[in-house]
Order: sequence, then structure tokens, then C-alpha cells
Amino acid sequence: MKDISKSINKVDNEEKISGKAKYVSDYYDVDYLYAKTVRSIHPKAIIKHIDKPDLPEGYYYVDYRDIPGKNFVKIIFEDMPVFAEKEVNYVGEPIMLIVGKDKEVIQDIERNIKIDYEVLTPVFAYKDSAVHYHFHKGDAKQAFRDYDQIIKYDYDTGYQEQLYIEPQGMLGTIDGDKVTLIGSIQCPYYVKNAVISILDTSENNVRVKQATVGGAFGGKEEFPSLTACQLAVALKKINKPIKLIYDREEDIEVTTKRHPSKITLQAAIKNQKIAGLRCHVRLDGGAYIGLSGVVLSRALIASTGVYTIDHLEVNGDVYSTNTVPNGAFRGFGAPQMLFAIEMFMNHIAKDLKIDPLAFRFEYLAKQHDQTSTQGTFRDPIMMTELIHKAMEMSSYIEKVKAYQDENIYKGIGMSFVLHGCGFTGSGEATHINAKVKLKKDDQEKVHILIAAVDMGQGVKTTMKKIVAQILEIPLDDIVFNHPDTDFVPDSGPTVASRTIMIVGGLVARAALSLKKQWTIGEEVVVDEHYQQPEYIKWDEEHFIGDAYPAYSWGVNVVEVEVSKVTYEVTIVGSWSTYDVGKAIDERIILGQADGGHLQGLGFGYLEVMNHKNGHIEQKNVTDYIIPTSVDTPMMETVLIDNPYPLGPYGAKGAGELPLVGGAPAVALAIEQAINHKVHSVPVTPEKMMEMILNGKN
Amino acid sequence: MAKIEFTLNNKIISIDEHPNRRLLDVLRDQLLQTGVKEGCGEGECGACAVLLNGEIVNSCMVPLGNVLHKEIITIEGYRETKQYQVLKEAYSIEGAVQCGFCTPGMMIASEALLRKNPHPSDKEIRDGISGNLCRCTGYNMIIKAIKRASEEGEGLW
Repeated sequence: MKDISKSINKVDNEEKISGKAKYVSDYYDVDYLYAKTVRSIHPKAIIKHIDKPDLPEGYYYVDYRDIPGKNFVKIIFEDMPVFAEKEVNYVGEPIMLIVGKDKEVIQDIERNIKIDYEVLTPVFAYKDSAVHYHFHKGDAKQAFRDYDQIIKYDYDTGYQEQLYIEPQGMLGTIDGDKVTLIGSIQCPYYVKNAVISILDTSENNVRVKQATVGGAFGGKEEFPSLTACQLAVALKKINKPIKLIYDREEDIEVTTKRHPSKITLQAAIKNQKIAGLRCHVRLDGGAYIGLSGVVLSRALIASTGVYTIDHLEVNGDVYSTNTVPNGAFRGFGAPQMLFAIEMFMNHIAKDLKIDPLAFRFEYLAKQHDQTSTQGTFRDPIMMTELIHKAMEMSSYIEKVKAYQDENIYKGIGMSFVLHGCGFTGSGEATHINAKVKLKKDDQEKVHILIAAVDMGQGVKTTMKKIVAQILEIPLDDIVFNHPDTDFVPDSGPTVASRTIMIVGGLVARAALSLKKQWTIGEEVVVDEHYQQPEYIKWDEEHFIGDAYPAYSWGVNVVEVEVSKVTYEVTIVGSWSTYDVGKAIDERIILGQADGGHLQGLGFGYLEVMNHKNGHIEQKNVTDYIIPTSVDTPMMETVLIDNPYPLGPYGAKGAGELPLVGGAPAVALAIEQAINHKVHSVPVTPEKMMEMILNGKN
Repeated sequence: MAKIEFTLNNKIISIDEHPNRRLLDVLRDQLLQTGVKEGCGEGECGACAVLLNGEIVNSCMVPLGNVLHKEIITIEGYRETKQYQVLKEAYSIEGAVQCGFCTPGMMIASEALLRKNPHPSDKEIRDGISGNLCRCTGYNMIIKAIKRASEEGEGLW
């Protein structure tokens, strides 16, 4: 049998390179009306009165009064309205839609709408905790009673914008009672369920189809449920096809971003060792909770990073603020936490005057160790191999030595990371319960019927490879269209590095049973659904047990030069090693590795976003800088096989892993270059200048 | 409104439009050149790149009036060429495509670069595509693809 990792030509290359692939804004099949959103200009206010101009014929207002169901976007909590009613809680909060044929007429109408607000005092500080979690392991209290010294640092991270190159978009049509939504989305069934709820209608009346997705990175996980709900309400009222496409400024200003965080870490040191660790993670949730609680729990579970710490106390809060709601972004809380713990481990070692590398090695988690939540690392851990390989590739030891002198302004940093694959805790079993279907038709073609979305990560190719290899049929005999909820079962959202490991695992199982049932000339349909392995136990309330079925592991080494004059950072080199179990397609994983890592580096040193009184200050790609081709070094990546028994061909998660170590690696490199401890990302020239001038270390 | 004549993918086009309209909107909404993408609307991302008399431009920044009697090539026209075939192969082999939204613009940028410099160095390639943002790939596979195309397409550029 051939090695599944051997790369093939991706199945959607042709349509994407030629410009034929149809993204949501490319539908001109019928005459769509355009929709534009009228938004709050205040971070917190009561809407006293709205003075709306009379509409020309064929133009419509759509607001909360048009909603048939309850005015909430169905995500986890019922907290975020689809259209604001009496109050607004962030700048950009949607109040209503204007719908009509001509974009310019719509703009004129918008200009003439007068909203009378009673402006209230907004909250931006971390004071109103909306979600609080706490857990512990061992006896941290004892460690913090009997110590030689306490080492404590605060770390903070900023906003990060997904900046998929294709802005958010949704379009809809209506036929009798049935609405059809086509969108740039990661989770067709999240959208479907939200629309069923807002229309208070039955399942059969809602159909959701994925258009080709021009990048997502979590940004199209929960957010599109909002636009889909708005559009569905408009469709019901107007009964004509409608397009709702954001331009870049609107997209940056009002869509979910990575949560800014403040993380406090404290270590009780006894005999030069960590006797206990305390961690407090504070996330800025924005105006509505959305997925913030789930993001927080992933951050908390990652509180010890790749290390085994026996005595641990963890607290976390999501704070409500009058800012744009934050949400899913590749890594989902882990990038913030892994930045903090990687810096902290280095900072402890420095304070104790121990070689940081030796210090970190001492605590590396080993197979059968207890995880931060008292679960077990069941599978072999190959961190030592990954680290040695990365060090060899990058000449780490030599460079650390060579750059020791303060005045060289060069540095090299290395991060060790892990990423829990799939949903946190028992999410797969209790919330998702994924179903997949394979259908062989009477023409001997096999149809993959799953809700997984190809947003560039190559899932169309990898799923087809899995099925082709098991059934021993050519790739061309396999059909995998964009998901359409009228045809595919709910295999769950395309998130959390779960698609290949969980959905791909089910698809592989379905393929095996299809192989047994294959009857030439007849249609054969095979269903599979997720069953949690019996040994995985999770106590959601106390955070005890196996938070994830498996973990992927990685090492990132980054080398930088910092300008002595401007403190601008140049990334000179990047070397990474990963254990993703088994790559289903090596080149696809290397592509994830490059792109994910560059996003992580951007988070670490380049991508600056702030709000001023609740107004996002960087609203376009001129102000919000992401890495370009000239900012990017060559990246060298090596994958080490470590097959996971329950993943298809041994595959684990890979999408998020390359991102999570980017920030600590580049921050550690900068730390060496400027010889000052870094506590905050992105490490901008301004921050460096301040550290150097203030002599703060 | 004015009658504006130009060549689109080797065909003469004449349309009645306001000369201030963005070329991007005319190409997409009227001429259904949907391979030309809108990513930022301010000339920063390169997703809407087309060739205007052989030079790369961001069509979101070009008023229609500026293309009077000029020649425009979009990805829809470019994909009929031999050069396109070579670049397409190279992009595929090197894994240069993920979500694909930046790809048509990136192809146009690759063509514009190779026309001027058939054998670019890595650095010249980086400079050549620095006006095109990609958020998926980390660029290196695109750079390798252009390098490969410049080698395999010997004599074409």
C-alpha cells in the first residue's frame, strides 16, 4: 500500500487558480437585492428614537420587530441579539438592515437615518466577570506556604484579526416557506440551527450551503450565524433574493477577533524547583459572551504548556466590556496561554540563574504523566526528538552563544507547544455527536456526505485520499461537493483541529464498511456516528479528566535581528518540527505549517490592533499590518510520524498547532536580541524602545 | 455616463458608464469577470489585480475612465495563455494554493513579474508579490512556484 502522506495535486487547484471557483460574492445567478447594516456608533447607549426617512419603492427596513422567533443568535448562551432593540453594547452593533436594489440609494437612505441615543458610561476595564472557571491539581496551597521564593509575572496579549482575504458574506433566497442561505462559513449546521431558531420554524424550512470559502481561521465559525439570521429575517419579510457582503472596513470593525488577555503566573520555588504554580487568565470577551467561555477553558487547560507541574491552581475569567465581541480564532485561547507559560518558564530560569533550556527539559511532559486536568498523556510523546531536530536544523546552541553579547541585537528563541486535538472535554460526545455518510451510487461513484468545509486547509483532498486509499478506487470516482444541509448529515463544525481526526476517522470507518457491502450496480449507503472511547472521562464542572483525546506537539525556533536605530524586527529564519500523528498529505500539512506559523509570528511582533473608547482604531489593511512576502523568511519544517491509534492512518490535529508557538518563539528571540524580558505581545518597536529606555527588566 | 471603449481579454468592449466607477465593479458586476476579487477596496491586498497595458494594477483603484482605449487582461483572459499553464502547474506542484481567494491576483502578479524579469531571484520574487496579501500559505510555496515556473517556462517570458 502506498504511503498516504505522499502529496498529490489538490483537487480544487484548477478551479481556484483559474478564478472559476465560486465564492459568495461571485453569485450573479439571479437578481439579488443588497443589504446594508445600520450600526451603533456608541459603545453603550439606549436607543431613544429612530427617525427613518420614507423609503422609495422596492426598499425595505428590517429590524428586531420583524423577527419571528426569539431575538438571539443561537450559539451557546442566549445573550447576543440579532438586531439591537432598546440598547446597544458596542460600536458597530447591528440595529437594522436597509435592503434594496441600488447600493448608492441604500447609502443615501442610511445617511438620512437619525438615531437618538441616550449615551451611557461604557465599561472597558476587566471588572465584570461573565464567566469564571477554577480548577486545581495536587496541593498548590501547600506549595505556596512552604517556599524559598515566589516568582510572579504578568503577561498580556493584544487583539488579533483573522484577516481572511475574502470578507464575510452571505446570500439568501426564499421559495415558499423555505429559506436557502449560501455563505462563506465554517459550520453549516451552526448556521442552520441559528436560522431555525430565529425564524421559529422547522428544520425542513432551512437549507444552508457553503460557498467556496476565501479563508476563515475561526472568523467564520460563529460570526456568520449572525448575518445568516439577519438575512433570513429579511428574506421572510421581503420574499426576494438578497446579498449581504461586507467590505473590508466593516469586516474588521465588527467581526470577532482573538481575545486580548492578561495572564498572571506565579511559581512557588523550593530548592530551585517549581513546587507549585498559580495561573490566572483574564480574557476580554467584548459585549457578548458567544464562544468566550470555551476559548477560556482551552486557555486554562493549556496553563502548564508542555510541562508536567504537580501542584497547580488555575483561575480564569471572561470579562464583559463594551467592545466588539471576541470569538474563535485559530488556536482558541491557546496562543495567549502558551505565550505566557513559555515566557514564564524562561523567566523563572533566568531569575534562578539556571540554563533555561535545561530548566525546561526538566519539566517536559512524558507519556503516562498527568495532564493539567489530571487526565493522562496516553500516547507516546516525542518532544525530545522534536526539540533535538529543531535545534540541529537551526544551529540553536551555537546561535544562542553567538548572540549573547548585548550589542549584537540578534536573537534566537525556541518555543515548545502542544495542542489538544478536537473539542474540549466531552464536547464531541455531548454537544456534537458527529454523523457521516458515504453513498456509492449505481454508477460506482462514491459520495462523501459530511458537513466539513474546505476553507483552504485541503479537506476535500485529504478526505478523498482517505476514501480512495481504503476503497482502492481512483480519486476521480469520489465526489465531495461543498456541504449542503439538505444532503449531508451534521458531522459537526469545521473547527478545533477535529476535522481529519474525528470526521476523517468516521469517514475511514464508513469506507471500510462500504468496502464490505459494495454491490456492483446498486446504491449502497453507509452511516457512521461518533462514539467516545470508553476510557475518556471528563468532569466538566471541576475540570478533571481527559480534556482531549489526543495532543499534537511542536517546536518552533525563530531567529531575529532588531534594528539598533528603529527597533524594527527582521525575521531571519524559522525552523519547526511537528508531531501531527501522521500527515494525510505532507504538502498540505507543510502548507498549514507555513501559513499557521506566519500568523503566529504576526501575533507575536507585527499585528497591532487597539480600540479607543470602544472604536477599533485599525480598520483596514493599511493600518492593520499583516506579514507580506518580504516580511517572511524561508521556513524549514520537519514532520515526525507518531501515529495516533484512533485517527485515520494515525492522523491527529494540525491546523492550529503551527500558530500557537509563533508568538513565544519570536518574543524569546527578541528578548535575547534586546536583552530585556518580554511580557507583552505584539513586541512592537515602541514597546522595545520603552523597555530599553526605562531599563525595565 | 459616457461611452467607454477598451479591450478586455483581446475583445473590444464598449459600455455606457460613469467614468468614475471603479474598474473592479464594472469588471465584476457588468462583465462577470468574477475571478477578479475584492479583498480590501483600497489597493492594498492585490486580490483585484489585472493587467492594464501589460502592467499590474489593482482594479479597485482604477476609475473606469482611465482604461479608455487601453487593454485589460483579467484571470479569465490570462488562463487561455501558455504562460498561465506553466504557472498553474507550478502553483499546483508547490502547494501554493489554499483558500484560493488571493490566487488569481497572485497569478497576475506572477505574470507581471516574469514579464519584466524572466529569471528572478528569491528576493526579487518576494518584492514582486509584496503587493499581494495571502493569509493562508505564508508565501513560501508561492515563491517556490514562481521560481519553478521561471525555470520550466524557459523562453516563454
